[in-house]
Amino acid sequence: MVTLKQIRNSVLIALWMMILTFPIMVIKVNTIENIVIWRWMNLLYIGVGTVILSIFWFFLINRRKLEPEERKRSFALKGKIETLKGVLAKPVVQKPLYAALLVIIIIFPFVSSLYQTGIMITALMYVILGLGLNIVVGLGGLLHLGYAAFYAVGAYTYALLHRYLGLSFWVCLPIGALSAMLLGILVGLPVLRLRGDYLAIVTLAFGEIVRILLENLSQYTGGPAGISGIPRPSFFGIKMSLSTAMNYTYFLTFALVLFTIFVVRRLEHSRLGRSWVAMREDEVASEAMGIDITRAKLSSFALGALWAGLAGVFFSAKTTFVNPASFTLWESVIILCVVVLGGIGSIKGVVLGAIVIILLPEYLRAFSQYRMLFFGLILVMMMIFRPGGFIPAKRRVYTFDKAQLEESD
Amino acid sequence: MAAILDASQVTMDFGGLRAVNNADVHIDQGEIVALIGPNGAGKTTFFNVITGVYKPTTGDVRITAPGKETESITGLKPNKITEKGLARTFQNIRLFQNMTVLENVMIGRHCRMKAGIAGAVFRDRKTREEEEQVVADSYAILKKIGLETFVNELAKNLPYGAQRRLEIARAMATEPFLLLLDEPAAGMNPHETRELDEMILKIRATEKISILLIEHDMSLVMSISDRIYVMDYGLLIAEGQPKEVRANPAVIKAYLGEEFNA
Repeated sequence: MVTLKQIRNSVLIALWMMILTFPIMVIKVNTIENIVIWRWMNLLYIGVGTVILSIFWFFLINRRKLEPEERKRSFALKGKIETLKGVLAKPVVQKPLYAALLVIIIIFPFVSSLYQTGIMITALMYVILGLGLNIVVGLGGLLHLGYAAFYAVGAYTYALLHRYLGLSFWVCLPIGALSAMLLGILVGLPVLRLRGDYLAIVTLAFGEIVRILLENLSQYTGGPAGISGIPRPSFFGIKMSLSTAMNYTYFLTFALVLFTIFVVRRLEHSRLGRSWVAMREDEVASEAMGIDITRAKLSSFALGALWAGLAGVFFSAKTTFVNPASFTLWESVIILCVVVLGGIGSIKGVVLGAIVIILLPEYLRAFSQYRMLFFGLILVMMMIFRPGGFIPAKRRVYTFDKAQLEESD
Repeated sequence: MAAILDASQVTMDFGGLRAVNNADVHIDQGEIVALIGPNGAGKTTFFNVITGVYKPTTGDVRITAPGKETESITGLKPNKITEKGLARTFQNIRLFQNMTVLENVMIGRHCRMKAGIAGAVFRDRKTREEEEQVVADSYAILKKIGLETFVNELAKNLPYGAQRRLEIARAMATEPFLLLLDEPAAGMNPHETRELDEMILKIRATEKISILLIEHDMSLVMSISDRIYVMDYGLLIAEGQPKEVRANPAVIKAYLGEEFNA
């Protein structure tokens, strides 16, 4: 499985690793007694650990190069996973599976703590954000690094309209979505002539402009201190306790997730969705086939922004507080990670991606200071071993029945 | 009857380089016209000018769609020109690699469809019917071109010859009256070229589509063209029927160089 050369390489890597970590892992200065403690055992641990890890690494790399059938044979367990996948794909299994999932989602807030529910709401919001960005990046192929700006527009629309005009959540929800969409169109018009890296840089700059504006228009937006005291979603004016309000927000967010999935699915399999994918595949060819590129780009940009606006309104309603620090470049990057990790252009993938990206760091808290290290490691591994994401996008398969076949003769 | 395509005095400059120089090309209804010339002669640039990828420096391109008035298409965007009934293929295959064969053809139908955002979301009866119609139409086109076995295959997984034919199928889906083929036989073996030959003739016969093609494969050009234009260094140096062009000394000179007389 692993060649001799690779074992030699692992030893070399281990040596390099030992030299690299020598200063921090071996030398320790005891400042009280002014002596240097040489922890030679640490060096040994690192050496042995690195050799084992890198041999394992090479083993995985070798396996990746095998043909799928050979791979199955080489790993008995893998065969079982494959059949498990087959079982999961059956409609008989899928329906109860989805039903069970639904039941779990409905029971979840009643059996878990307020804190857990809060995290779950965040995860669901990222599902919406991921699906929205998926329209732009996954379907349209436009690399967008300023998506958090539209998220901010939604959040601040609700915050400001409530602060100055006293408008409620339900009034602000469509207004927030529309204003994000409008901004999407306004920004899109000049920016969309650009492609690839250039588009990425300009959208990145746009994201920063929005954040810096929010920080500095302090007389309206409260500056870095933000706006607090935003009410949670209301239900015909009924007063709710904190936990009921949280549960209510949870179910609202979940309903919005279902709505998003419904709309995005329909868009994807429509004339418009196809034109986005064609644009992603080849701009010149799609234009030559009669697709209006400007329209396709603008619509994907605007419809992507729409979901960010909706999620933004939910965000300020959930946290009852907004400030510019929630809408940094990091936020845009995380949303992009959701899309890429889950599977570019795949709805199921993006849903899974959002849940993993948000929940993983939470549940890695057990490893406290190493959790971001693990998180990064998982991202790197994913991109090497599953570059298509958790659930790679599949194209729709059309079936033709006999009657249709004869008709077209 | 007016020519369906009439490009008059088209010139295209790129900075100091004159890629197409004062070209006059016209195509009549039902003709198969070939545009030939050595590499770098400006053939593809001329194609790009007609299909709207480039706006000509000077000159005018007019079309007369069957049953319609003559109109100028100079400076229109490529998608508009496609809507008006000119469809093209590309020299280096430009399929939508990660879409299925059927979807590639469905994209070709795009400009003949109407559904917008609301239709996509609400999926009303009209949109559903349109969608079904498009699938059926696209399948019929694939069948005509002989690609129906690949229907749900990704375009990138197709054999080379099939990819070339898929490009033609996709162009035909836009319902053109003039099909512009940029080196359709490039990279094909003699057998595939012969099949292509038959296919082009069949398209003209059954679909009433006129064809302008760029091609280096002389056997194909000579056997199917009604008329040939020869281009060299951006200039049209000859025009006429295959046998006239073959005997034209200017053409021989462009291809083989000048004869040296000691």
